[in-house]
This record gives sequence, C-alpha cells and structure tokens, in this order.
Amino acid sequence: MKEQSKSHSFKFPKTPTGVDGLDEITEGGFPQGRPTLICGGAGCGKTLLSMQFLIKGITDYNEPGVFMSFEEPSDDLTLNVKSLGFDLEKLKADKKLVVDHVRVERSEIEEAGEYDLDGLFIRLGYAIDSIKAKRVVLDTVESLFSGLDNQAILRAELRRLFHWLKSKGVTAIITGERGDATLTKQGLEEYVSDCVIVLDHRVIEQVSTRRLRIVKYRGSTHGTNEYPFLIDADGISVLPITSLKLDNEVISDIIPTGIPGLNDMFELGGFYRGGNILISGTAGTAKTTIASYFAFQQCENKEKVIYFAFEESPQQLVRNMKSIGLDLEKHVKNGNLHIHSSRPSLNGLELHLLTCRKLIKEVQPTTIIIDPISNLITVGSPHEVRSMLVRLIDMLKGENITAMFTSLNKQTDSIRPDLAEESVSSLVDTWITVRDMEGIGERNRGVFIVKSRGMGHSNQVREFIITNKGIELLDIELGPQGILTGTARKSHLFTKTMSDIKLQNEISRKDREIARKRKVLEANIEALKNEFESAEEELNILRATEELQEKLTSKKNK
Amino acid sequence: MKKEVVAEWQLLLYIAGQTPKSIKALENIKKYAEEHLAGKYSIEIIDLLKSPQLAEGDQILAVPTLVRKFPEPIRKIIGDLSNEERVLVGLNIKPVKS
Repeated sequence: MKEQSKSHSFKFPKTPTGVDGLDEITEGGFPQGRPTLICGGAGCGKTLLSMQFLIKGITDYNEPGVFMSFEEPSDDLTLNVKSLGFDLEKLKADKKLVVDHVRVERSEIEEAGEYDLDGLFIRLGYAIDSIKAKRVVLDTVESLFSGLDNQAILRAELRRLFHWLKSKGVTAIITGERGDATLTKQGLEEYVSDCVIVLDHRVIEQVSTRRLRIVKYRGSTHGTNEYPFLIDADGISVLPITSLKLDNEVISDIIPTGIPGLNDMFELGGFYRGGNILISGTAGTAKTTIASYFAFQQCENKEKVIYFAFEESPQQLVRNMKSIGLDLEKHVKNGNLHIHSSRPSLNGLELHLLTCRKLIKEVQPTTIIIDPISNLITVGSPHEVRSMLVRLIDMLKGENITAMFTSLNKQTDSIRPDLAEESVSSLVDTWITVRDMEGIGERNRGVFIVKSRGMGHSNQVREFIITNKGIELLDIELGPQGILTGTARKSHLFTKTMSDIKLQNEISRKDREIARKRKVLEANIEALKNEFESAEEELNILRATEELQEKLTSKKNK
Repeated sequence: MKKEVVAEWQLLLYIAGQTPKSIKALENIKKYAEEHLAGKYSIEIIDLLKSPQLAEGDQILAVPTLVRKFPEPIRKIIGDLSNEERVLVGLNIKPVKS
C-alpha cells in the first residue's frame, strides 16, 4: 500500500472490510459507495462474511449498517453469529445496526397486475436513514425470484435497486447463490459489476478448504489468486499466500542449541535469533530429541516456547524426554513451554496455520517448534505445504520468532536429503541433518550441518549417542578409512589400548632383562674380586713364610 | 356460489405516493368490494412514503400491496389489481374455478 501511494497520488476510495487479510487482497477493502457481489455455494460463508463486514464496520470504523435478510429471520441470525462473539442485540439497541428480515412467501402472495418493489426500497431507505447507515447487506436477494413470478419486473427492479443503492452512497454487499454456469443463479453479476467475489468450499482428499477469489474489481488492482480462508471462533480470516516483502528486522543475537557439542559446530556457538532451523533425518534419528533439547534450553533461558507436536501427545513427549533426563514437565508447569498436540489430518493446512498464529498471538513466544512438518504432507500437496510454510515463516520472521522444524525424510543412501525436502530447505536459514550410519551390523547416528546462513560451521559428521543422561556428541575418531563410529570406534579404541599395553609390557620386559644383565655383571665382578683377594692372600702368606724363614736363619748365624 | 359468512372484511392497501399504479389499484379494489362485499368491508390506505416504518410489520416488498387482515389467514395481493379474477381468488371471495 505504501509503495502504491508513492507512485499514484489518486487512491480509489475503499471501505475496509474488517476481515483479516481481505483488506490486503483488495488493497484496502470493498469499493466505497458501490455494491459488491459475493457469491458462492451453500455453506461457504457468504452470510458470515457480510455480517462480519457490517459488525466490524460498526465496532472498528463506526459505520452503522443495515442487514436485510431474505433468508433467515433476524432471531436466527442473532443466534448464529453469537457463537462467533458478535452481539447483535447490543448493536441494535445502540442504534448501530438494523436487521430486517424480508419474508417472501409465495403461498401468501397473489400477483394481480403491475407492481414495483418500492416497498422494499422504502423499507431499506427507512432503515438506512434511521441509523445513518454506511454499509448495507442484502442476503440473498435471489430469494425474491422464488417468491415472485414476474421475472421481468423483478429484474428491472433489481437493476433499479442497485442504482439506488449507489445513489444512496452506501457500500453494499449483495450475496448470491452460485449457479451452474454463471456466477449466480439469477445472473446478478450482470447488475452488480463493480466488485465480484467468489467463495468456494472444496473438499480435496477429505480435507475441506474454503477459498476466496476476487473475480473483478473495477477501478482497482487486486490480488487475483484463490486465497484460502477460515471460519473459526473469531469469524473469517483470509490468508494471503504471500504477504509481503522481505524487509523484516534482523537480530544478530545467538541462541544456544541446547546440546554442548552441537554449539561447537557453529562458529558463533548457536543459531541466530529469529532464524529458521530445519532438522531433517530418517526415522529414529533423534530429531524430536534434538528439538526437545533446544526447547528445554530456551525454557531454561526464560524464553517462551510453543511446541507443536503432530505425532505425540504432550504427556507422551514429556515422558519420553524424561527417559533421557530432560525434564520438560518443569517448564510446562511454570508456563514457559506450551505443547500443542494435534493430528495433522484434524483439519486443513490453513486451520493449522491459523491455530499456530492464534497460539503465537496468545502466548507471545520467542521460539516455536514444529515437529514434524513432513507430516503435513498427508493433508496437502507438497506445494500447498510449502506455501503454508512460507506464510508461517513470513509471519515468524516478522515477529523475530526462532522456529525449528523437523522433517522426516526417506531413507536414502546418499548423504544429501531427498528432493521433496529441498523445496523447504531453501526457506530455512540453518539446516541440520541427522542420519543413520550403517555398517558392520549396526546403526549409529551422525549429525552434520548442511548449511548455516551467515555463520561458519563445522564440516564434520559427528557421531552422537543418546544415553539416559541425554545426548552426547562424541569426539571425532579417525581410522584408516575415515571417521569411525559405533563398534568400529570402540574396536579402534580397543586395538589402540591393546597396543599400548603391549608396548608397556615390552618396555618392562626389557627393563627386567637389563636388570638381570646388571646382576650377572655384578656377580662376575664379585667373583673376580674374590679371586683377586684370594690370590693376594696367598701372596701374603708366602711373604710371611719367607720372612719367618729369614728371621730364623739370621738367629742361627748370630 | 356461496359466500363465506363473515362479519367484516378488513383490507389494507399499501401504496407509495399517488402513483398511477396505486390510484388504479385503489379504484379497482373499491369496485370489487362494492360488487362483492357491499357493506361488509373497510379499506385502509397506508402511504409508505409517509409512514415507512409500517412496511416491515406486514412484510411489504412490492407496491401496491393489498393485504387482507381479516378474515384470517392474512393474504396479500400485489400489483395494480387489474386482474379481477386473481384478486377475487386471492382474497378468497371467489373460489378457484375448476
């Protein structure tokens, strides 16, 4: 809108509808002071949409409205919309709303001669004037065709009615039942041609989706796609497939992954806040565990987390995580963690998206986890899932919410994930893959980072184990054929220790031998010493004997 | 042809201003009433331009509309009442010809 006003100074006058998202598609609302035709089959929300238009007009824009019903009595209407939180009685009492039920009973009416519908004009005019209405709804004018015979008069009068509405300057909605070949059964689109909106209710593979399309809008550009819309407790909301522009703020905060070893694999020690993280992997590769760790870590940091579990109930998730020493219950109790479980097939993608939006609005989390997104494929085609995720991610980015998705992919031999996932992968900022590493009769888990926008990351495949104390990333063990895991790692370690022990033994054996040799040496030295000593002794004895003899001989000579 | 025995016929004619159609309708109903219900009827004329709030009560869409208030049930005949046959059948003054 802003960009538009830059290029054109003239803005087509529009009346905001008050329906979530519809103003975006119509770029401001319905044409002001002109009638808009809303047509569609039974049960696609025509009456509700027009009622919401009136009520929001009153509550949000202070524009009183007249609802002229040709089908439902006003009491029924009041009751029907009460469940959506609209209190017609109060609005009527405040003179902001007039509900007029026009009953056309064929059995009561006899036609005799020329007539016109001035009665209707007067009633409507009176209602409009009495509250100075700016908005008018005629629901469904076509009922007149079943009540009155003279089609020629009726058509002429309807044409006059729409002109008259224009001259009154009210923004009107005329609803019409969908016909076989034409937009409406009675060809109302011939008369009301300023803006035509078609509602549609389709069931594809047992999942129903309501859609809205603007067929034409004179004097204005508009979104041309079919937009899914939802009816829930707050009325209608339309979801534009792609809102917008990519101009959200960027935060460079780093938030930890919750798994110490994994933090180290990222250069900055975690994910960027407001980023989208995809964890993909085959069955049983601990995607949920990693996601729970992240959730737990965020809760520990006093951040609010919503965990959308499409496979497990909250209790089951809590129990399972307890088995690896992760106490999620604590955080569920203190309100940091909200676990929302539902089956994907419970409702259509759009309703899932809306549930997400609502919860996010309600809880104001900083982190959400969707586990797993691949399950949503059961509800819609990959294309639809993708478009839903784009919208979800758009919204999350807008609010700077960190999102983690898990995705189950098929078992493939290649280390690259399968193509179906790649469609999602381009949307995410960080992509972690967990995979099985099979070999020598066992299965080990490995984790690696496929990409991480704006941050350097490790290129290694790290093995991790899950014990009752939690996840543990193991150090890299390099073998002759690359990285070793599981038993190979163990046997590698074992051989290493074995050879260490052997070496140790060898050394001590050598030591002992030396000691023995020294002993032998010492023994030899001792023996030689002894020999020497005995020789010396013998010599001494000989000397002594000789001295004695000399003494004796000298005595004789004296 | 038996006439139904009723005390009185209350007829209301809704018009929107003095248009040719409404004048014609008034002339017509007066004529038929005099012919068939002489002395037993009353005709009230309601101009919706003057009192538009009355349109809702009798569920008036088209003008002119002739409403038979009494005897019950309420019957409505719309148009300028130029088709006598239909008016009389509509008011139940005259049964449908077989």
